[in-house]
Amino acid sequence: MLNIMVLVKLVPDVVEELEIASDGRSLDPASVRLILNERDEHALEEALLLKERHGGTVTVVALDVPEVDDVLFTALAKGADRAVKISGVEAGLSTWAIAGALAKALTSSGLVPVDLILTGVQAIDDLDGQTGPIVARLLELPYVGMVCRVEVDVEAHKAVVIREYAGGVTGTFEVSLPAVLGIQSAEKPPRYVPVAKVRAAMKTQQLESVPVPGQGESSSVEILQMAKLEVTGGAVMLEGSPEEIAERIWDLLKERGLV
Amino acid sequence: MAGEIWVLVEQWRGRVSDVTYEVLALGREVSAATGASLQAVLLGSDVKDLLPTLGAADGVLVTEHPTLGEPVSEIWALALAQLVERHQPLVLLIPQTNVTMEIGSLLATRLRLPFVNFCRDIQVTDKRLVARCLLYGGKVEATVAPQTPAVLGVLPGVRPQEQGRAERTPTVTAISLDLPAEPPVRFKGYTEPPPGDVDITRENILVAVGRGIQRPENVALAEELAAALGGAVCGSRPVIDQGWLPPSRQVGTSGMIVKPQLYLALGISGAPEHVQGMKDAALIIAINTDPRAPIFSVAHYGAVVDALEVLPVLTEIARSRRRVA
Amino acid sequence: MKLEEEASVMTTATVKPFEREPTLEILLETPEGRRILTCIQCGICAGTCPYGEVMDYPPRRIIGLLRAGMLEEALSNESLLSCVGCYACMAKCPRGIRLTEVLLPVVKEEVFLRLPEIPRELKRALDNTLRYGNPMGAPPSKRAEWVKTSEVPIRVLPQDPRPVDVLWITECYPSYTPRGQEVCRATAKVFHLLGMDFAILGNEERCVGECIRLLGETGLFESLTDHNMATFRKYRFHRIVTSGAHAYDALKHQYPAVGFHYEVEHTTPFLARHLEQLKPMLTKKLNYTVTYHDSCCLGRHNGFYEEPRMLLRAIPGVRLVEMTHNRINALCCGGGGGGMWLDAYYKAKGYERLSERRVREAVATGADVLAISCPYELSRFEDALKVLGYDQKMMVRDVVELLAEAIAA
Repeated sequence: MLNIMVLVKLVPDVVEELEIASDGRSLDPASVRLILNERDEHALEEALLLKERHGGTVTVVALDVPEVDDVLFTALAKGADRAVKISGVEAGLSTWAIAGALAKALTSSGLVPVDLILTGVQAIDDLDGQTGPIVARLLELPYVGMVCRVEVDVEAHKAVVIREYAGGVTGTFEVSLPAVLGIQSAEKPPRYVPVAKVRAAMKTQQLESVPVPGQGESSSVEILQMAKLEVTGGAVMLEGSPEEIAERIWDLLKERGLV
Repeated sequence: MAGEIWVLVEQWRGRVSDVTYEVLALGREVSAATGASLQAVLLGSDVKDLLPTLGAADGVLVTEHPTLGEPVSEIWALALAQLVERHQPLVLLIPQTNVTMEIGSLLATRLRLPFVNFCRDIQVTDKRLVARCLLYGGKVEATVAPQTPAVLGVLPGVRPQEQGRAERTPTVTAISLDLPAEPPVRFKGYTEPPPGDVDITRENILVAVGRGIQRPENVALAEELAAALGGAVCGSRPVIDQGWLPPSRQVGTSGMIVKPQLYLALGISGAPEHVQGMKDAALIIAINTDPRAPIFSVAHYGAVVDALEVLPVLTEIARSRRRVA
Repeated sequence: MKLEEEASVMTTATVKPFEREPTLEILLETPEGRRILTCIQCGICAGTCPYGEVMDYPPRRIIGLLRAGMLEEALSNESLLSCVGCYACMAKCPRGIRLTEVLLPVVKEEVFLRLPEIPRELKRALDNTLRYGNPMGAPPSKRAEWVKTSEVPIRVLPQDPRPVDVLWITECYPSYTPRGQEVCRATAKVFHLLGMDFAILGNEERCVGECIRLLGETGLFESLTDHNMATFRKYRFHRIVTSGAHAYDALKHQYPAVGFHYEVEHTTPFLARHLEQLKPMLTKKLNYTVTYHDSCCLGRHNGFYEEPRMLLRAIPGVRLVEMTHNRINALCCGGGGGGMWLDAYYKAKGYERLSERRVREAVATGADVLAISCPYELSRFEDALKVLGYDQKMMVRDVVELLAEAIAA
């Protein structure tokens, strides 16, 4: 039996164009739709696989932001047992501030200790830190990141994790539980849950809410400016029909003696 | 020693990684702008062979301990915390790779120091350290000013590695630390990828496919082009996720880092995780229907057209005109 | 760019609560459902199914199991993921059991809920459709980008919400893919020359959802119908013309159950009705030998076999030849029922690609052009021609493209 917690967060969806707000230092909220951090979806999947293997519970925890309900009900429909929203935190950009608030809320609410905390290894808005390591340190738990496989020895209170390196190399690490793991990819691709099941979860299950105690810490990384990346000074653009472009590419390759 | 510019040496499996030299080059600039000296920080166990190329730094702080032999982030962060607390550098630059991914956050949390992620440039403006960071999959750049002392995670590719390499051993300062004999995270071993497939890191010409090729059968078209050019096919993570190519063909931070003579990126948007895997290619040509695709900022040449339309034409040209040595 | 109002952002939560558990008891309460009791186990369904020989549980076997009360076995196998919703079984069933349209989606819905895992490509298409209203995961705000490239003016209702005669639904693949956009431009040109008063939903258009329904993801289909009905109610129009054959099916046969009362036609039969007006404009001689592929939805399901042929015959210089399997016997391109997003899955199972099977038959006619009227067929057949190496011998054209080509400038 394993009690597993999954920390998830919502990040701006980059499928649509992001716009900079008039203050020049943040995203225009009107242009932002939030989506579950991709790596967190893997963390949830790994947690569900561990629950299927060992029994126990999976508790999903997220900050209370717009569109989080959908994400949490989807997690419940996939097989998580509890979903908890942490309220009273202004989202903003600071992963540091959010992770700090999370750690406080987890401790004050009695949601920890658990055997294992899984979270995505990184998110696209992690400007001033990554959730996993920060929460691990604040809870004084060991952390291993870039994990792509977890095997737990429940009696011995330890896990053996596989970590991804470049070039297809993996490393094996043993970590004493409880611990925090930063998941890069689950052993299997994240499962699909039919919309009907999510809607059933919305009718039959509840989301819990836990407030953050006290004041949050603010970030000590000041954002001076934000700008959309202009694609200038980059590639020399080739024009014309596909045939003309193919000819130009061939010329470039010939010039360099590659063909 | 206080106020120095520190660069963590990423050493893995007996080698100093190229990205270390890139960050040393950047560190050199920050050192020049601040007047503070540049120290490389080398953790490990028996590292003397790694010293001779660190000459771009003024000095190197070396801490050797059996538990530092492999980069176990928990232990490296603990060691760095002691070093930073003792010697109070102005800033510690850490190359951001799979190996070092979490060290910055662990360290910064231990010491309650600011950590800045995804840095792709660092300047000193009005005596302040200012970093430019890539967010949201490379679509937005944030310019930030952390309070110092600070820890900065630096993306690969900030400077050419030649600028950070010097064949001399800098002044060595050996520091011994108290580290736990039985840490909570223990390294057990490495596993090499299964053999038998193409090693794309050894290919001179790579035809890379991304989601923009739309369907798995179009991989066959890329294979034809690769064969006609004398190269091999590789792909971005989404393509491998879909099962269109095996993991051994994946280019990116969690796949292969490749430096071919030619990287032809077809239908690849150019998210940082992918770009970090191929930005050192000698010639990068990108074809993507999206004129705003980030790949165009790393490519040398680009075309906004459907890769599927160019592929067969280029294959035909290569088949009829390539001189086979 | 202003984000759409909360209400028009489609999520699982904006849909009305899911009322009915789909069970077979409920199926057998309906006259249509009770028809399965009349099945004579002849096996014509399995025999005519394009993937019949690779299905462990073809329709015949599923019905047999259901009638024997062996629900679990009927519902816990993934054979029906190989059903491409081509209506071949339904068209041939001597008992008139509405397999493709009614029975199979209900069974597939149950299968879907029980599948331990679904292929990644399919998951992505479904996640994208829920979130972005199209299976490619392309941004909704770019759905009407192609309008800028149109030679003729196109009214976009969100920008100009005055009442209009025809709401033209372009569907996902035509809106977002380069080849599909060519067909859109051709269609707009023909509509314009016919003097039609038409408009599109632009960025508010979302997948109509028929293939989602045929696949068995009924929850997602209901999300789409709810969202689309809310969008329709915002505007005033008399009828809908759609370029999507599957969209036509859903709007005609499924949407009425959720309050849809508009007249709806697919572009091909619609233009055939206007042939008198169109014919004088077709002045350019094309000199093509054309073979027409009957779309499953338009053909077998709705009986529109002659309309596209009438249009093609009206084009000067076009010589029509038939494939061996034509009209009711046409071979599906393999895109329906989720097939569009299961290529990697079929490939892993070693199945022959249906589009390749069909293209070989097309090439055997010696024709220059393979004419189609469903957007899936366009990309699937062009792919197949490339893969088989016939792309210099034969090209794929939508019927409307040929009409537009025959209209001199």
